[in-house]
Parts: sequence; C-alpha cells; structure tokens
Amino acid sequence: MTHTYSILREFADSWALIALTATFVGVILWAFRPGSRTIHDAAAASILRDETPRGIAACPNACPDCTCASLLEKLR
Amino acid sequence: MEYLKLVILALVALFAAIAADWGRDLAYSVHAVIVTFVAGGLFLWELRRMDLPRTAHDPSAYLDGPIRASVIATAFWGIAGFLVGTFIAFQLAFPELNFDWSEGYANFGRLRPLHTSAVIFAFGGNALIGTSLYVVQRTSGARLWGGNAAWFVFWGYQLFIVLAATGYLLGSTQSKEYAEPEWYVDIWLTIVWLVYLAVFLGTILKRREPHIYVANWFFLAFIVTVAMLHVVNNLSIPVSIWGSKSVQVFAGVQDAMTQWWYGHNAVGFFLTAGFLGMMYYFVPKQAGRPIYSYKLSIIHFWALIFLYIWAGPHHLHYTALPDWASTLGMVFSIMLWMPSWGGMINGLMTLEGAWDKIRTDPIIRMFVASLAFYGMSTFEGPMMSIRAVNSLSHYTDWTIGHVHSGALGWNGLITFACLYFLTPRLWGRAQMHSMAAINLHFWLATVGIVFYAASMWVTGIMEGLMWREVDANGFLVNSFADTVAAKFPMYVVRGLGGVLYLTGALVMVWNMWMTIRAPQSRPATALVPAE
Repeated sequence: MTHTYSILREFADSWALIALTATFVGVILWAFRPGSRTIHDAAAASILRDETPRGIAACPNACPDCTCASLLEKLR
Repeated sequence: MEYLKLVILALVALFAAIAADWGRDLAYSVHAVIVTFVAGGLFLWELRRMDLPRTAHDPSAYLDGPIRASVIATAFWGIAGFLVGTFIAFQLAFPELNFDWSEGYANFGRLRPLHTSAVIFAFGGNALIGTSLYVVQRTSGARLWGGNAAWFVFWGYQLFIVLAATGYLLGSTQSKEYAEPEWYVDIWLTIVWLVYLAVFLGTILKRREPHIYVANWFFLAFIVTVAMLHVVNNLSIPVSIWGSKSVQVFAGVQDAMTQWWYGHNAVGFFLTAGFLGMMYYFVPKQAGRPIYSYKLSIIHFWALIFLYIWAGPHHLHYTALPDWASTLGMVFSIMLWMPSWGGMINGLMTLEGAWDKIRTDPIIRMFVASLAFYGMSTFEGPMMSIRAVNSLSHYTDWTIGHVHSGALGWNGLITFACLYFLTPRLWGRAQMHSMAAINLHFWLATVGIVFYAASMWVTGIMEGLMWREVDANGFLVNSFADTVAAKFPMYVVRGLGGVLYLTGALVMVWNMWMTIRAPQSRPATALVPAE
C-alpha cells in the first residue's frame, strides 16, 4: 500500500503537476491568441439575436378559443 | 421497442414487490413499495396507449415541456425546502418543537438533511436542469437530443428526490453530508445523471451555431464533475440486496477527505459552476446587452475549474488530515477568490451603461443582488479557510451564516430571477402577472437574508469566543450549555429571517400561478433558425 502511495505521489508531484500547469497556462494563452476578439464578440452577441418566432408550432395549453389558438389559425 | 419497455417495467415492478416483502428495514420496504407503484403505474399507462398513434414531434421546434415541468418543480421544492428550513430553525430556538409523537421521524436530526437536500438538490437541481436544457437549446439552435430522454431525466430526478427525502425521515442514511442517500438511490441517480449528460452533450453536438456559448461550458463542467464526485464519494458495498445499509469502501481519514473533496466541490460545481451558467445566459438576456468580457469569462472558467477541485481539505483543519493537505486546501481556497470575483465582475459590468435598469427592472435588481451576495460569500469563504480564522469559525454558526448568504443570496435570488424570466416565455405571456409582487419578493428575500446572515455572524463569533475563553488559571470559563443559552435571541432572529424569505417565495408562487393561469396573450415560440 505504501508502495502504491509513493509511486502515485511521485507521479503527482512531477508529471501530473507539469501537465496540469501547462494545460492551464496553455488555455489562458489560447484565449489571447490573435484574432480571438472577433470570435469572442460574435459569441457574446449570439444570444441576443432576434428571437421573434418565424412560425408557431403549438400552443402550450390545449385551449380552443384563446389568443394563441386564434393566432395559430391566422398563420395557417 | 414498446414491448421491451413493457417487459422491463413489469420485471421492475415484480422485483420491487418482492423486495418490499423481503426488505430488512422499513426505509427499504417503503422505497420498494414506491418503486412498485411507479413501475406498475407506468406499465399500465404504456399498456393502455399501445394501440394509440404516437405523437409526432416537430424536430425543428424546441422541446420545452420538461423545462416547464422543471420550473414548476423548482418552485414546489423551493417552498418545501424553505418551509422545513424555517421549521428546524425554530426547533433550535424552541426545542419543544421536537414533538414526542414525531420523535425518530421529524426531530431536528432527521429533518436537517431533508432541508439541505431539498434546497440544494431538489430546488437548485431542478432549477439547473430546467435552465440548462432551456439555454442549451437556444444557444445551439437545436432541439434537445434523444427524443423524450429529457422527460426521463426530469421524472427520474423527481423519483430520486422522493426516495432521498422519505429515506431521511425513515433513517436510511450513509451519514455523509450532502450525500446521505443509500446505495440503490445513488445508483438510480447515476443512471439519471448519465442520461442528462447524454441529452446535454447530444444537443451541443448537433448545434447549428459555430461557437459553444460560455454558459454551456459551465453547465457541462457542472454535469461532468458532479457525475465524477457522486460516483467516487458513494463507492460502497451493500450489506444485502434486500436492505438499505451499505459499507463505505474508504475508511478513516481517506473517507473524510473523499467526503469533503465531494462536499466542497458540490458547492463548487453544483452551486457555483452550474449557477454561473445560468448567470452567463440570463443576465445578458435580461439586460439586453452582451456579457461584459467574453475573454474574462473564458479565463475565469478555466481558473475556477482548475482551482476549485483542490479546495476541499479546508473543511478538515486541525483533524487527522496531514498538514500539507490542509495547507494545500487553504492556499487553493485563497487563490479561488480571484476567479470567483472574475465571474461577479463580469456579471455586474454587463450592466455598464444600463445601470438605470436596477431601478426600473426588478428582475435585473434580483440578478444584481444575487451577484453581490456571490461576491460577498466568495470573499468570506477564502477568509474562513485560513487556518487561524477557521480555528475561531469552525463548528460555530458562522459557517451556517456563510453557507446561507451564498445559498439564499446567490443561488436563491438568481433562481427566482430566472423563474421570473422563464415563466412568461415558456407559457407564452407578455410578462409576469405582477411586477409589484416581484419587487415585494425582492425586498422580503433580501431583508430575510440580512436577518439570517447578521444573526449568524454575531452568534457564531460569540460562540467561538466563548468556547476558547479561559480564566487566569487556564480553565475554560463557559460550558457548552452556556453558549446554547446565550445564542437564543439570535436563533429567534434567524428564524424570522427564514419566515421572511419563505413569505417572499410564496409571493413568487402566487405570481407564477397568476401568470400561467392568465389568458394567453401570445403564442409559444417555435424554433428560431440559427444563422
């Protein structure tokens, strides 16, 4: 058991530590790569694009004479 | 496929019926009866609609049914959890509320895990499932993957909640904080959670947007990490397949470390990463402005993921845990302050140039208050993880105050704001029934939190100081009972804070009810093509 612990501990203190730190620094630097600004701006704005319905799929409540049903009728 | 479903349901119902009879403890038998009825009921339901044509779904429209169900479930479990929390707060102030007739079922020890699990996993979990499935569809421009799998996730999760809650009252617990449910409930949650992961990931994979919006990164980190934490912390061997008792695989300090690695990351990935996912979609949407800095969101995402996972040992200062592990936990907790505040700044600064919305829009005000509480509790947390501070704060009510300023302030308020955002949209209404009621809810909740946190700071620090007070000869001055007596007024104030918070939530439920029941003003929206 001690043996397993020592092996794992040595691995954690060396290669695992380097790999995790390098990955962390790498992804941070990657965010600053040239040309990332336009991509980031586009992604940030993507959720605010017009959400007006192009078509109506269904009314949430099965009501025969509500506004939703009449709109649905009009579109058809 | 339908026949296979029937066979499986019948077998499950049969097995559960046998288990109910052979069960070695009450909780197990009750759970088996519940499973028998659920599986048997589903069997009959499936059988009766065998000949009916299956509803054809429009693959180009969003699947919002499970999200509507989650919104209702969030409100329902929220009320249940707040009610139990307020009751046990008064049980601490007035022990007579541990009634003789309910001893062993509804005393403080049985109700406390019911409260914590109800608010974290039932209220918070349903909020996370609902919002994540809403956000991933909108930001991917795609219907949920896997047909009705999202419905399985919703109902499967509700079954988990019912099994966990009844188990606590009947004494089925593995005594791990926030991971109390026994082995078979854990296995069921694992199945539900993997389907949830598949639905979420499948939707991202078939997205029609070039970019995976940052909110989805946070949701994905939350789903994946919670799966890992849940499985590792619940490694246990059942004593019998006919009983609820199980034995943990880890023992001693390893078990304690695994438990708090789980426990702290439940806070980090369930209550922080997941709710940041909500923040990154709903705050910009409600403000009508893109997030302040998308780059900051990426950097603080990776920093949060890389740091949080190491912070658990700060729950075990001055225990059998090696000093290096406890120091590691403390150092990472302090570093964690930066990415936490990165998220808060990003959310708050989204309002740059639109600060007037705090005055005019009660939903934005709720978002801003929740971010302020997030910033406050993520400053308080690292401070309390410092060993010297922890020696005063640990085991006192300061910890309870800290948790509730985060949970009521950050998680609670942001969830309420999201419910106010979602309810009109999901039910095709122009807006909530009453804006004034949202405002009232905001103030009830905020004043409730202030009552709660302030009284817990006072009583916590007082308690910590009383425990360590020694006289000239080095003898302890106070007995434990002295601190209990001294805390009474603060316990009453805390309970009143809970009453205010619960009242606010009831106002919200009324408002949601009126909104959903109101005549429809506009139709539900169909899928918007992503372009």
